[in-house]
Amino acid sequence: MSKVFESCAEAVADIGDGATVMVGGFTGRGTPSRLLLALREKGPKNLTIVRNDASGGWKNPIDVDILIEAGMVRKVVTCFAVFGSPKKVSLLERAAMDGLVDVELVPQGTLAERIRAGGAGIGAFYTPVGVGTEAAAGKEVRVIGGREMILEHALKADFSLIKAHRADTLGNLVYRMSARNFNPIMAMASRTTIAEVENLVDVGGIDPDEVMTPCVFVRRIVPTGKVA
Amino acid sequence: MGEMMSDEIMAQRVALELSGDCFVNLGIGMPMLVSNHIGTGKQVMFQAENGILGVGPRAEPGMEDKDLGNAGDEHVTVSAGASFMDSATAFDMIRGGHLDATVLGAFQVSQKGDLANWKLPGRKLGSYGGAMDLAAGARKVIVMMKHVTNDGLPRIVRECSYPLTAKNCVSLIVTDIAVIKVVDDGLELCETAPGWTPAQVQQLTEPQLIVRNVSSWPLSVS
Repeated sequence: MSKVFESCAEAVADIGDGATVMVGGFTGRGTPSRLLLALREKGPKNLTIVRNDASGGWKNPIDVDILIEAGMVRKVVTCFAVFGSPKKVSLLERAAMDGLVDVELVPQGTLAERIRAGGAGIGAFYTPVGVGTEAAAGKEVRVIGGREMILEHALKADFSLIKAHRADTLGNLVYRMSARNFNPIMAMASRTTIAEVENLVDVGGIDPDEVMTPCVFVRRIVPTGKVA
Repeated sequence: MGEMMSDEIMAQRVALELSGDCFVNLGIGMPMLVSNHIGTGKQVMFQAENGILGVGPRAEPGMEDKDLGNAGDEHVTVSAGASFMDSATAFDMIRGGHLDATVLGAFQVSQKGDLANWKLPGRKLGSYGGAMDLAAGARKVIVMMKHVTNDGLPRIVRECSYPLTAKNCVSLIVTDIAVIKVVDDGLELCETAPGWTPAQVQQLTEPQLIVRNVSSWPLSVS
């Protein structure tokens, strides 16, 4: 069966209530904005979203906060819950204050490593990041190599929505510049990874040496052209 | 008392700490100004935790590339020899101790070098960003911050009252009036900005500063 979908709507059609969804990107760069719009249109409820920044307020207007605003999100796992200026209340913080959304705040590198572990079949790992802070609350602490470390568990999802610069029809992906960020590791950490791609080429159109995400990790591809 | 130094002058002072041939991550906000003040002949390579090693100057208007930005969502360029990587690899560099230094903003620093910079008291949420990882992993943590809050309260305190980012991680504090080193027995006042005496700096600092050899800020302030 072909992995290539004609529309984002078709590609997200089976994302249902209660699903856990990873969303690639870092601020606007590498964010699958067309898939996010399609998901909002489809409108599943009680989603758990895993995403680097969930504060909104960056230059890119299409972010996961469109799902929070639509009341589709029950939980967010992120490292940016509040926008750069600490005085500004984000949509997410407002929703959390109102008891509508739970937020699991994770240090950025720990978030990346938990996602990588999820895709790599690793259950958990010890890290020195967050020792002695709120990020360590309720977690096992162990001294390894003379240094205190905390136990962090892998993260997995039902779906990952990611964005790539180029794909072939098998799903081999190439990212561009700083739009790579969380996309390759999220591609590995879900049962179903859906890639929004700017350019689609035939098989053989990408040099094997250039492939950044091998096609085994990608289930669906939607060519959307170059959009913000 | 003298005047508080501008953000650019502080950035200039921080830049003097970055000797040649080093890899450095600049935190979002004020620390990003430091990249404007690296002297010629220095091989400082800047890392951005969103996946760039070799961040260059900001992109000129009209020359922005939509796929090229730093962790603070600014359009940037890359320097010769730059590379891009995914977020896991970017934090392998950070957590793995491969960066020589990081420059971070702060709400508070304690006399033991504890850092608080991710959440204000009384708020429901904050943002860790990559600060906890940088504070735990970079070989040297330099804090760049204003000496007092907008209300005039010391940010250099005995114990942080704000939620911690990491314990005992800061090695140097550059503020708008002084340069202070975290040493084994406390905080040592190393430099005062033009127009400031050690006693005046002490007045705006909660813990007792160690005063041994204080020099004046080695900058020409115009």
